[in-house]
Amino acid sequence: MSWHGANKVSEHELRERLLDGLTGDGRAYRAFLQATSDLLRSYFRRRLTGLPDEVEDLVQECLLAIHNKRQTYDPDLPVTAWLYAIARYKLVDLMRRRERHERRTDSLDDEHAREPSAPEHDEMAERDVNVLLSRLPNRQRSAIVHTKIEGLSVAETARRTGMSESAVKVGVHRGLKALAKLIRGETSRGEK
Amino acid sequence: MKTDDMVSFLASGDVTVDRTASARRFALALIVGLLLSTGLMLALLGVRPDLAQAASRPLFWVKVGFAAALAVTGLLSTWRLGRPGRSLGRLPTGIAAPVVIMWGLAVVTLVRAAPDRHAELLLGDTWASCPFLIALLSAPLLATALWAMRALAPTRLRLAGASAGLLAGATAALVYCLHCPEMSAPFIGLWYLLGILIPTTLGALLGPRLLRW
Repeated sequence: MSWHGANKVSEHELRERLLDGLTGDGRAYRAFLQATSDLLRSYFRRRLTGLPDEVEDLVQECLLAIHNKRQTYDPDLPVTAWLYAIARYKLVDLMRRRERHERRTDSLDDEHAREPSAPEHDEMAERDVNVLLSRLPNRQRSAIVHTKIEGLSVAETARRTGMSESAVKVGVHRGLKALAKLIRGETSRGEK
Repeated sequence: MKTDDMVSFLASGDVTVDRTASARRFALALIVGLLLSTGLMLALLGVRPDLAQAASRPLFWVKVGFAAALAVTGLLSTWRLGRPGRSLGRLPTGIAAPVVIMWGLAVVTLVRAAPDRHAELLLGDTWASCPFLIALLSAPLLATALWAMRALAPTRLRLAGASAGLLAGATAALVYCLHCPEMSAPFIGLWYLLGILIPTTLGALLGPRLLRW
């Protein structure tokens, strides 16, 4: 569903979508994330020419980071300045992790073996969200599964799980943060 | 997992965000840090007995103003460094200004004073303990400032840590003013600054470890 060619969204549009999203418009927010993932993909593709496999993982890691840190967007700033600052941070972080990993394992053969892998995997990052979710504590996992995957409201989720509404919100928030950490940990091990 | 699925996953449910949450977290961090730091000062050091008298002298307020100016600029830079894409602008100048002014005052004081008083003006009675006491009082503030920073998204971790340290150190210096008996510009420009630089350095060392996200 990525609109090739149509992915040049203007700063203005992007900003509108984000601001609408932050006040509760889920469709606008979705459009914002969609456009953002296109921007991030081309940003990382240009910078990770030797590591095409990392691009999609990094796009997803960034999306999750952007979502978790969305309250740090300052409406006085261009959205793109904010997005690219996050993207740059995550890129540097990835490089640092890889460097540390390589120094630790010193597995040159492993690296060579990875390089020519199939480019059609582009759209598909290697991890499975269900596997990651299974590693979260129960409360966080059920809060996320109900609200984010089954699409229930916070109130419904609270009723079904017997948690309070604020516990559900906290569970989603902490769960997404923990998920971001898991994804980061996984990339840092550099496994396939 | 496809990226489109990730987008749907993140965009479903309630995506509203409380825009005042990080400001409230900062306020809470500062208040708790300030209370702990003041408690520490009262328990270990006590308020100087002649505070009312000291408060009538301009130099007392110069000292307070110095610490307060650094605390405010430290707060602003911490706030900005926590927001991706936000630049510091002229803040580094703002941070340097109180230091330069204090040094200017110190030089004037020293030039005007008789040479045999120089050592006394620079060292006072408490030079050996002053920086460490400020650093000690800054410990709870450094902890709470770093905690508040973790809710934001600093991209320059060392600088962000140092900035949180500056905020903690300068606020602790403000608390320390209530105890400290010293009343000379050279003393403040040297030992207070040193006391503030200890948590600043500590923050720069801790930043990359504690502020990653």
